[in-house]
Amino acid sequence: MAQKTKELMALTGNEAAAYAMKQINPDVVAAYPITPQTELMQTFAQYVADGLVDTELVAVESEHSAMSACVGAAAGGARTMTATSSQGLALMWEVLYIASGLRLPIVMSVVNRALSAPINIHGDHSDSMGARDSGWIQLWSENAQEVYDNLIQAVRIAEEVFLPVMVNLDGFIISHGVEVVETLPDDTVKEFVGERKSPYRLLDIDHPITVGALDLQDYYMEHKRSQAEAMRTAMPTILKVGKEFEGIAGRNYEAVENYRLEDAELVVVALGSTCGTAKDAIDELREEGIEAGLLKIRVFRPFPWEEIKSALGSKKAVAVMDRAEGMSAVGGPLFHEIRSCLYDLTNRPLTVNYIYGLGGRDVAIEDIKKVFYDLVSIAKLGKVEDFYRYLGVRE
Amino acid sequence: MKLTDKSQGWKELPIGGIIPGGGTSRAYKTGTWRTGKKPVWHPERCIQCLSCWIYCPDDAIFITEDGKRADFNYEYCKGCGICARECPAKPEKAIEMVDELR
Repeated sequence: MAQKTKELMALTGNEAAAYAMKQINPDVVAAYPITPQTELMQTFAQYVADGLVDTELVAVESEHSAMSACVGAAAGGARTMTATSSQGLALMWEVLYIASGLRLPIVMSVVNRALSAPINIHGDHSDSMGARDSGWIQLWSENAQEVYDNLIQAVRIAEEVFLPVMVNLDGFIISHGVEVVETLPDDTVKEFVGERKSPYRLLDIDHPITVGALDLQDYYMEHKRSQAEAMRTAMPTILKVGKEFEGIAGRNYEAVENYRLEDAELVVVALGSTCGTAKDAIDELREEGIEAGLLKIRVFRPFPWEEIKSALGSKKAVAVMDRAEGMSAVGGPLFHEIRSCLYDLTNRPLTVNYIYGLGGRDVAIEDIKKVFYDLVSIAKLGKVEDFYRYLGVRE
Repeated sequence: MKLTDKSQGWKELPIGGIIPGGGTSRAYKTGTWRTGKKPVWHPERCIQCLSCWIYCPDDAIFITEDGKRADFNYEYCKGCGICARECPAKPEKAIEMVDELR
């Protein structure tokens, strides 16, 4: 039955993603199950089986095939979606670059999970962080509501800038936690996403094209430059789509979210579900008289350089939280980019990196408070003695 | 037909390396890949069996309007030598691989 009004539903993050997909009603979905994404695709497959969507669901034998099928479908002109996690994303690797290089607007939920070895199925950002150079736009969700909202916006973003978009949600913490999600009427979503339009379609036999041709020394660099430009200029579209979405949903979406940041001197920067925990920690710290604030990164690719610079420019000390060990020997991926972005400022805040929550290691309000207490000492001392730290690891 | 123009900058090229239009491999002159040897056709020995035409992976043999084999199309012949190997003409093959200086 069609949903006619806004409704509050109790949904897991996976179900919220599947429900958004149902309302988006993509032409093609090709996917392979993997924990903790399985429930997402299982829920969507049920919609297909029940005839509630028109989607051609392609059950493939691996994630490499899933993304390959998506590439073919998207090149053919179909609105195409998929979902994966961890090892599945890793197995898609080479095809991720093909999707972005061919400028195909595929939308994928990534239920973030640790990478083996040692084998672990829990929440961790190593999978998507590893794919940060693959040319996909990355949106990160704090909770099930944002998963639903981001996924609907992702379709519009992808199809306007001709880049694939991944919507990230923390494995289990978001994917399996039940929350109240406000969903939109079916028609509202249908109207918002509209019809896919593309100047090139492989199945448009009246205007034949070649897709995936050999591209050597004389053209490759121009094509990469043009792809980079799409990423460099994607932000205004992301912000425009966010504004339009606010118009239908009443929820505000920008590149970053500032939480009690304006008057804060000490700031935590994070992605995903930890932002929710940090908000509670900040409320408690404010009671204690500590001027704590949060900078939540919603859009990680394209990297919101200007927004971060203006948000952190006047702060005393900043802790960047990485739920991925970049194995660079000098800190995590988010830290490096945030720090690089602050370099041009005359009065740079002191910065420190925390690797945390790997393999689903729990992050409590107390843990985030500990980070802020460290920031208090750093600000007092006026320097950072060890910028590359671990949070919540047994010594 | 013409492929994209090499004077084009990144702003002018179609996105994603897409090549608009069909049949574009015709414009890609793979004959430049030939190194060392090229096939030479001896019409006086040729029995017109068309085996070379069937085997040629690059469709690099001209066929006349009345279905007869004509000379090689060196713009596409990569010099693989399959035609010379498969030629059944006796006592001498009608195709010979000869040294080619470039």
